[in-house]
Parts: sequence; C-alpha cells; structure tokens
Amino acid sequence: MEFKDYYAVLGLERTVAQDEIKRAYRKLARKYHPDVSKEPDAEARFKEVAEAYEALKDVEKRAAYDDVANRYQHGQEFRPPPGWDSGFEFSGGGSDESVDFNRSDFFESLFGHPTAGARGPRAWGQRAGGDHHAKVLIDLQDAYRGGRRSISLRVPRIDANGQATIEERHLEVSIPKGIRDGQHLRLAGQGGPGQGDAPAGDLYLEIAFAPHPVFRVDGRDVYLDLPVAPWEAALGTGVTVQTPDGSVQLTVPPGSSPGRQLRLKGRGLPGVPPGDLYAVLSIRLPPADTPATQDAYRRMAEAFGDFHPRGRLEA
Amino acid sequence: MNTIDRTVTPCVIVEEEVQFTLVELSRACRIEVEPLLELVMEGVLTPSGEDAEHWHFGGATLRRARRAVRLTRDLELNAASTALVLDLLDEIDALRSRLRRLGGD
Repeated sequence: MEFKDYYAVLGLERTVAQDEIKRAYRKLARKYHPDVSKEPDAEARFKEVAEAYEALKDVEKRAAYDDVANRYQHGQEFRPPPGWDSGFEFSGGGSDESVDFNRSDFFESLFGHPTAGARGPRAWGQRAGGDHHAKVLIDLQDAYRGGRRSISLRVPRIDANGQATIEERHLEVSIPKGIRDGQHLRLAGQGGPGQGDAPAGDLYLEIAFAPHPVFRVDGRDVYLDLPVAPWEAALGTGVTVQTPDGSVQLTVPPGSSPGRQLRLKGRGLPGVPPGDLYAVLSIRLPPADTPATQDAYRRMAEAFGDFHPRGRLEA
Repeated sequence: MNTIDRTVTPCVIVEEEVQFTLVELSRACRIEVEPLLELVMEGVLTPSGEDAEHWHFGGATLRRARRAVRLTRDLELNAASTALVLDLLDEIDALRSRLRRLGGD
C-alpha cells in the first residue's frame, strides 16, 4: 500500500489553516466533479480529492493523519504501525457515511471502513437491505440486439471482525433490446441483504455505451459520417453503409452538399418507435499530386469558369 | 459465493417501466426523504399526485435525483444552487447532443 500525501492532492502546504482546506477542496471539486467536468480523468481525480478532503476536513482526523504523514512521502510504501491509532478517538465514528464512494486501502487502514449497517439511509426504521448502484459499459451492438451479458461486480463486504474485503460477484443479465445510453436497469432483490426477514434491496445498473469509432448516438438516433468524392456528391451514387445491425444500401442524391443528412428511417436503436440512422455527408477532395490529377483539376477549373466560391467576400 | 450462477437475473428498464414513491426514491438514491422534499420544493423533481404520501415520480427521476444528490453533497450546495446547476447542465447536455449530431466532436 502506498502512502498518500493528501496535502499534495489538494495542492496545499501541511501548515495550512483549516478553512484553506475547504476552499481548496471546493475549487477542485468544481473542476473535477464527474457530473460537471469533462476532464478525461475527472472521476479518478475527484475521488482522490474527496478522499483527501475527508481525511483533512475534520480536525481530529487531520491530527491523526499529520502524525503519520510526518514519517512518509507520497507514493512511499506504507505499513500502518501496529496500534498506531489507539491513541485517537474519532468522535465522528468511522468514516463519513454520507460520502458514497470507495476509499483507498490507505484511507481505510487509517480511518477504518464504514460499517455495513451505517451506510444505508435510516429513514424508514426497519432493516431492509440498501439499494446498490453500479455502472455497466455495453457496446452499441448489444443495445441493437439485446441479449445476455455476464456482469461482474466488486462488492465490499464486512466480515465478522469488521474487516472490509472485496468480493467478486457474477450476474447474468439479459440486456433489453433498445436500451439507451444513460438508462438504468433494476434488478429486484439483488442489492444489499436485509436483516432477519426484511427484504433485500435492489440493484440498479446504469447503462453506458462504450464509445464507437464510427457511430455517434443521440437518444434513439444514431449518426455516422459518410465521406464521398466530389463527383459522387455532384452526380449522385449508391453506397453500401455499415450500420450497427448489418449493412444497407443508401442512395446519395445528385447535387448533395456537405452536411446533408441522409435518413435511414427505423435503422436507429430499436424501440417503439425505433430511432433513425443518419449518414452525414462530408466531401473528400482527392489530392492533386501527379501531373494527370493536376490536369484533371485544371480542366475542372475551365469547365466551371462561372463558379465563384467567394462571391460574397469579394468586393 | 464463488460459484457462478448462470441463471438470468430478471430486470426492468427503470426509465420506461418504473414509478417511484417518495420512500422508494429515497432508498434508490440512498438518502433521507428530507433532501428530496427540498428538491421537489425547488422544482428540480416533479412528482404527480396530490400530497407527499401519494406522490409518484417517473423512472427518469432516478438519474436526475442522484445527480442532484451528488452535487449537493460533493459541492456542498443548497437546493436552490443545485437547481440552477442542473438547469445549466441540461442546457449543456442539449448543446452537446446537437454537436454530436453535427459531428462536431
């Protein structure tokens, strides 16, 4: 396990005043929060920042951390000295149960793991199991065809000694045909176990589409770029286009301009109604890198003597 | 727990087939009822039904409510600020999806 320098994560000196910690956290949280940030590693960065804040925002935890931090550097192999925390009583109990993310082993070796019972909301008294959430990445093709998927989840469990362990759990799920990016599946009774006779919670799987090199998805509609040669756009042509569900014939009408959207009705994601597939035209210019091709462009220039691409720009 | 169970676990699409009562929504979002009530007061979540006991939230509320809960908690916002952030995020989402349709990534 590596020692984590929480001050460095927040960009702070160790001697910093307590309210500076809050300010630094809030600034970084606004930058990296996965709900607002488009930074590529936002989620991972935010978890680091949130963990650092959780360790340092509380004066008692910060004192305990400082005691350890004085002996380590960031990334250094860390072994908690036996009984190191016996002198500290955290009045807030273990970890802050309101924060819903998995902390690093390093954090948990210092501050412990929130106990299973304390994590769920307590509003309704009886001890039903908590609802759990996980994210599942699927391919666009899976959404077109539906079908079985094996899903493995990493579930933290608390054993009899209060130690947290990670358990792998496998589930077979039938992905419904036509599921869309961002939708959720509910698996009844697959969440946290209930106590005694109380029912188990539910498991929610948030569906996300893996990015596709060719297709873009917007709700039920699917888009792809269709490059054509200038003469194909001008004269029209028939092309074979790959869709997520096999190939189709498509007619590019004569006189098409770049940006024109050719719609294949009902070829988007299945559903009632099904989405559409759009081929967005772009025009590729062939390079003029041989005498013959340069001649072809010159003949074109002669033939199109009346063509003024910059008509409105010229005085 | 290491045996692999090959039976298919049944599931439903929340956005299309599920309605939540207030208590069910609070379980699904793993928070108490009160912050959800605040979000309803701010107009972030719009239930149908007369009073809180008979409220029903459409399945798409789950995503919105969880987003609101995360923002409120992690950015230490109040309900009014969360409402504003969500509105702006909706607008950004709409613009992004327009960009995506045009191939402007």
